[in-house]
Amino acid sequence: MGTGLRIAGVLLFLAIVFLGVPWAIQASGRWDFYYTLTSVALLAIASAGVWLTFYIGRINIGQGAYALTGGYVSAILVMQAGWNFWLTLPVAGIFCALVSVLIGLPILRLRGVYFAMVTLVLTEVARLTALALPITNGAKGITSIPLPGEVSILGLTLIPAIDTFGDVKLAFYLVAAALMVIVFAGMYRLVNSRIGHLCRSLQQNEELASSIGVNITYLRIVAYAISSFLGGIAGAMFVAISQSIYPSSFTVVDSVNFMLNCFLGGLAYVFGPILGTLVLYFGWDLLFETGRFQLLIYSSVLILIIVLLPNGLLSVFERKRATAR
Amino acid sequence: MSPLLEVRSVTRRFGGLVAVDSVAFDVAEKEILSVIGPNGAGKSTLFKLIASFLKTSSGEVIFKGEKISDRSPHEVARRGVVRTFQETTIFRGMTVRDNVIVAHHLRSKASLAGYFFASGDARADEAAFARSADEICDFIGLGEIKDEMASNLPQGHLRALGIAIGLATDPAVLLLDEPFAGMNHDETMRTVELVRGVRDERGVTVLLVEHDMPAVMSISDRIVVLNFGQKIAEGTPAEIRADDKVIEAYLGAEDESIGL
Ligand SMILES: Nc1ncnc2c1ncn2[C@@H]1O[C@H](COP(=O)(O)OP(=O)(O)O)[C@@H](O)[C@H]1O
Ligand SMILES: [Mg+2]
Repeated sequence: MGTGLRIAGVLLFLAIVFLGVPWAIQASGRWDFYYTLTSVALLAIASAGVWLTFYIGRINIGQGAYALTGGYVSAILVMQAGWNFWLTLPVAGIFCALVSVLIGLPILRLRGVYFAMVTLVLTEVARLTALALPITNGAKGITSIPLPGEVSILGLTLIPAIDTFGDVKLAFYLVAAALMVIVFAGMYRLVNSRIGHLCRSLQQNEELASSIGVNITYLRIVAYAISSFLGGIAGAMFVAISQSIYPSSFTVVDSVNFMLNCFLGGLAYVFGPILGTLVLYFGWDLLFETGRFQLLIYSSVLILIIVLLPNGLLSVFERKRATAR
Repeated sequence: MSPLLEVRSVTRRFGGLVAVDSVAFDVAEKEILSVIGPNGAGKSTLFKLIASFLKTSSGEVIFKGEKISDRSPHEVARRGVVRTFQETTIFRGMTVRDNVIVAHHLRSKASLAGYFFASGDARADEAAFARSADEICDFIGLGEIKDEMASNLPQGHLRALGIAIGLATDPAVLLLDEPFAGMNHDETMRTVELVRGVRDERGVTVLLVEHDMPAVMSISDRIVVLNFGQKIAEGTPAEIRADDKVIEAYLGAEDESIGL
């Protein structure tokens, strides 16, 4: 793809996200789509993290644990320490990154299904921890969290308080979309830099990677920490929107979905998680009408897609290009 | 002159099996030294011990006066002792050129953050790696096919790529495990020349494990013979050819297949 075409594609995407969607929602009056699309943006961020662990050759089914942890860190700091939400957002991410280093050191040695199984357990561990700890308030969770306040330096307002916007839903949508754009721009840069090249070497052959001098333990930890950071900020953002968090806010099902989003979009495509999340989230909603067949149809379609397009939805374009040659 | 690499009575046990049994020898700088022996003699295990892919049960490996055994492989590679693999191990999902570029890792000056933000060091690294990779591809004879996906290469080229990956790390000592396996006569002769070139033109000390006796005899300065994990002989190709113990160790195998 030429550079010009790529820039045009990015501009088109930005125009749709920041202008097209608000306009379409305004025109159609489907205000509920703001919440749906905000969720898609945030889930895509968490999925981006999972995608990065796939990129170093690890199946990660534990992102829900970090989303939950990030959510609680933000909620506790806002409610008990009186912090501004915007400050808790990076702190929640960094907290998750640090936790993931401690957890990653022992478990990142595991490969394939062994790593996957351990991460699957992580989400459940996080849920049980949230139930047990006094600071997380057990099953009652933390509720009535105030909306994000304003950020100002020396009287200069950098970020206005969310509720000063006429339309809080629109404000949250724009914030979530902006966060998603920043995260995926960062991911794109990472994958196309030498770091991405090193990650691919890890994915393809860890033993050879270490024989050419790559500190594979370090690189794995770095990738996993970035992954968990993304899970943490996505979780924190969710809490700000729903103004509450419970031990069941992120469960094993969410962790599995984060992974499916990556599969569906395509593990080789850095923007795959966005498309995968969008399709999965809307697909599930659209099938609501089918009632008790919802899960059956949903799973069958998923299996069909994975069989027909094992490299994800975005590989459709790849195939077209290949035959065009 | 003190040796570049010293293997000091290195032993490795797997359960009850002693795969490498108190093996000791020295390697001089810019030497081509071959390790030969029947299947299961412990040659590959010995290489893994030298490159620290396996921990020794006892004994140690010294490189430039420093103990390198029982460290992690990337630390040993950083010091200049680099192993290529018996299996044709490459990065299958990358082009030939990308395989060689990524293998320049040890020459990196920039940090990971530097690469992310495209710092001056990072851009200099990337330009230098690309240039050097092109040069290595040409040197190895892969220049024509450097944009091919590595998974599409035939056997002979895969071995060459393995050596190119090794060279990209700028090694002092390169350990080649069966670099001629699966090659026909012409490919073997070409690769023999290549390995000589690696030593003569790039000053790399080469240790190799090989079964192809004519190739071993022609390329090696010295040969170490292993049998059941023990060193049974060491010497020049002429000395090895005349050694009774070596001939005995190979008895039972057909003479011509060994080429003694
Ligand atoms: N990881 C391992 N675990 C157990 N036994 C091993 C292992 N690696 C090698 N061996 C055994 O050690 C002996 C030497 O193997 P190897 O070094 O591969 O021989 P060579 O390369 O000379 O053919 C063999 O008997 C082999 O079965
Ligand atoms: Mg072997």
